[in-house]
Amino acid sequence: MAYPNEVRKLYQDQLEALQAAGILKEERSIHSTQAAEIEVEFPAGAPLKKVINMCANNYLGLSSHPEVIKAAHEGLDRRGFGLSSVRFICGTQDIHRQLEEKVTEFLRTEDTILFPSCMDANAGVFEAILTKEDVIISDRLVHASLIDGIRLCSAMNDTYKHSDMDHLGQKLQMYQDKRLRLVVTDGVFSMDGDAAKLDRMVELCEKYNAMLLVDDSHATGFIGKTGRGTHEKFGVMGKVDVITTTFGKALGGATGGCVSGRKELVEMCRQKARPYLFSNTVAPMIIAGVLRVLEILSATTERRDKLEKNTDYWRKGLTEAGFILKEGDTPIVPIMLYNAKLAQDFSIALYDEGIYAIGFFFPVVPQGQARIRTQISAAHELHHLDKALEAFIKVGKKFDILHKTKQEIIDKYGL
Amino acid sequence: MDELKEVIKNYVTDEYLEPDSDPIDYETPLISGGIVDSFSMVSLKRFLENKYQIQIPDEKATPEAFDSVNKIAELVKEFVKG
Repeated sequence: MAYPNEVRKLYQDQLEALQAAGILKEERSIHSTQAAEIEVEFPAGAPLKKVINMCANNYLGLSSHPEVIKAAHEGLDRRGFGLSSVRFICGTQDIHRQLEEKVTEFLRTEDTILFPSCMDANAGVFEAILTKEDVIISDRLVHASLIDGIRLCSAMNDTYKHSDMDHLGQKLQMYQDKRLRLVVTDGVFSMDGDAAKLDRMVELCEKYNAMLLVDDSHATGFIGKTGRGTHEKFGVMGKVDVITTTFGKALGGATGGCVSGRKELVEMCRQKARPYLFSNTVAPMIIAGVLRVLEILSATTERRDKLEKNTDYWRKGLTEAGFILKEGDTPIVPIMLYNAKLAQDFSIALYDEGIYAIGFFFPVVPQGQARIRTQISAAHELHHLDKALEAFIKVGKKFDILHKTKQEIIDKYGL
Repeated sequence: MDELKEVIKNYVTDEYLEPDSDPIDYETPLISGGIVDSFSMVSLKRFLENKYQIQIPDEKATPEAFDSVNKIAELVKEFVKG
């Protein structure tokens, strides 16, 4: 053992500095299943409080759906708790291949490979398909997992301004000397809730001979008319070369993710992606649950339709109340407060009113862009949204930010 | 030298700054100040290499060496001179 007091102190000082800066993350314990209403213990030791959840990725309300739970139970009974193996040794069951086929069918791609999470999919895909002769050109606001994956890859990397198609075009032109070009974007950006312009991106990729990778974690299951994702919304199904996505959000919210796309690229991942080769296979009950989710979503669009209606209702209510929102039409609805402390205080005041919504600030979002990020679910009923709206208005009045301009809020609270 | 610094400053402004950002000067910390992330630095390096027909070895293209217009200009000068 070599953990002397000075080493302990070094870490204690770092943690205290985080606390002093007001950016120490504290987890709130939930004592119920994931749902529109949850029972929360916060702060630790406090009595349980029933609150409306406005910040889950449970977009379709399937996290605790009885049919999904039943399917997971059956998976547990029929295929066991775990496989104690990576996929290529003795960790591939019939249902793993079945799920890969079902995801391929759902996303209308050529093939799919499962990963323990989308974080792992993103960590592994670049290194598996590119070399130092190639270049990756990514949007400047892509998710941290894509950034980490790109860093692990020997290809050159560059960025373009967020959703700026002219800038992307310039970059693609600039790298025509490279063997391969791969453009990388989120389908729906998790912090701002806006969607990548995939129709324009496909055009540019065709013009400049580049492949396109989209992380559709905040879209699969509900964006597009039948919920297939951002590629459906923009009419480019079959034209996105790689889609990475998660089962940890709309598709039941448990765990697991995948790379889906051109069959050779998927096969390269199966041969070379390190998080696939060196981590355990996804547990059978998760596979069985996600299979059921895809059946539900393939049978009816009822849930994504309800989510769309809820989202319109929520955005309209907040806008009329005088909040400043990030523009968009996805269920990620950020309410802009600009100041980090205001975002934290606003979140705590909401909690007192029975609403669970979290403040986001630097470094998760750029400096001076602090916000409360709300996420709408098909599990929300109108009475949940009405109650949440009432609480937001009450707290908005308390902090005097309703019907104020960005500058007025900044003048009052600073950046 | 001033012309070189202006070229660098203009490129950084166009490439990395948002329309409502504060303007930069020759000493503004670019990487340590969070204006240019180390990830996006590659386009600046490539721009300079193309414009001045030079090769800046990766070991010289450190975040420290790219941290201000003045520092970048010094680095470029080293290679332009040969």
